[in-house]
Amino acid sequence: MELDAGNTAWVLASSALVLLMTPGLALFYGGMVRAKSALNMMMMSMVTIGIVSVLWVIYGFKLAFGYEANSQWYGSISLSGLGDAVGELTNNGGVYPIPLLVFAVFQLMFAIITPALISGAIADRAKFLSWGVFVAIWVTLVYFPVAHWVFSFGNKDGDTVTGAGFLASRGVQDFAGGTAVHINAGAAALALAIILGRRIGWQKSPMRPHSLPLVLLGAALLWFGWFGFNAGSALAADGIAALAFINTQVATAGALLGWILVEKIRDGHFSSLGAASGAVAGLVAITPACAFVAPWAAVVIGFIAGGICALAVGLKYRFGFDDSLDVVGVHLVGGVIGSLAIGFFGSSAVNSLGANGLFYGGGATLLGKQALGVALVASYSFIATLIIGFLIEKTIGFRVSSDKELGGVDLSEHAESAYEMGGILKGGR
Amino acid sequence: MKLITAVIKPQKLDDVKAALRAIGVKGITVSEVSGVGRQGGHVEVYRGAEYPIDLLQKIRFEILADSKDVQPIIDAIVKSAATGQIGDGKIWVTAVEEVVRVRTGERGSAAI
Repeated sequence: MELDAGNTAWVLASSALVLLMTPGLALFYGGMVRAKSALNMMMMSMVTIGIVSVLWVIYGFKLAFGYEANSQWYGSISLSGLGDAVGELTNNGGVYPIPLLVFAVFQLMFAIITPALISGAIADRAKFLSWGVFVAIWVTLVYFPVAHWVFSFGNKDGDTVTGAGFLASRGVQDFAGGTAVHINAGAAALALAIILGRRIGWQKSPMRPHSLPLVLLGAALLWFGWFGFNAGSALAADGIAALAFINTQVATAGALLGWILVEKIRDGHFSSLGAASGAVAGLVAITPACAFVAPWAAVVIGFIAGGICALAVGLKYRFGFDDSLDVVGVHLVGGVIGSLAIGFFGSSAVNSLGANGLFYGGGATLLGKQALGVALVASYSFIATLIIGFLIEKTIGFRVSSDKELGGVDLSEHAESAYEMGGILKGGR
Repeated sequence: MKLITAVIKPQKLDDVKAALRAIGVKGITVSEVSGVGRQGGHVEVYRGAEYPIDLLQKIRFEILADSKDVQPIIDAIVKSAATGQIGDGKIWVTAVEEVVRVRTGERGSAAI
């Protein structure tokens, strides 16, 4: 097969779009914390870009997308440093006319943002070194293998497929990462929020977002980058990419409206934080489904996800875990909604690679497969993260001292202040 | 000599400044302050979680004046800062022992 310039150009551009999501996430999260820990919040995302990129080249890509071990659970163990990928075309359940290195860099961006998403659960209180150690271990033991389960369709040579992932080979549908990215990060966030414990003063002192304009800017960058995340996952500039693109737009719009309508009814106001959060919830929910459902269904999925996530962010108060920036309520819940929605709205008419869900006469078969994917990824990520987090807490410690937490982790972990003018009376402390 | 301190609503800053200028007051010091009084605070809601914000933003005027000028200044502030709603603020007057103009070293009333 010849290399296709148009497809290659689109996936290259998409890779850059997806990278931008992580700095966007840094702004989205950074604006939501108090001024005294804004830099730390952003740095947790930034350092993740550094750590995961390096590990990806050394062994991460092969562990996720290699096929040599012929295992459903991991790719291959190799320290080749991508040297053997130069000049190759992508083969993931069939040959794509784009360089393997383009596929590798596109998938790297997913591997970066997934652990970065988790950081929202442990705002204001984590040792920065321990976060870096966590990221390195977590991607190695959780993200890289789970990406193999979900995204690796194996090396296809003639009729022989080698090394396809456990969920991918069973027909569990996840176009761009509802399970591997969002459920994975959301379940891990729940585990880390439990390991680190509640912040001092949680539910007593007002922990207001220090800059909602930053949150809105971050949400806008996430939305923008998400077109690469979803439409780029077609690995081609084709009709499937077009479907994923429009579904990404309209589901997000529906979710934005769903979230602020719930807020208006429940709290009396349409909040800007609600609009930003609703948009992200919609992006999360449409991620697995974007290439398997019709645009009208994407609006419905988004609207439902926005409304349910707006209610789900209250769960942490009922159960008493301080998931500071609602990674569970948005990413775990939104990811589950989107993954299961394929079982209802999935249609082979919109995508010949898809399958019919309950509403298209496909029965409950697809829904059952989707539930398997949700349950397996959520439980593996939760348990593995509990163990990793517990071991870090017992060895090098995961949480800063109460003095440092009260004074702000920006100062204790980075010796910097985000805003020179932040003072006691401005809500900065 | 007296020090007049007035705490008022932020949205009344311009009205009070204009009223003071109109009666010939030359020097004022203005600061942003936070406090709580009878008005109490307000409630902000983030992702459905209600946060009571008890400290409210206010503006504090500090004006040095001769004793004979105190009453007109108080009248001007009350007239320009009042909305009739709770939380309009307070004015209080304290005795001042000495005032010095830094540039010239003048003391007392001449320094005001």
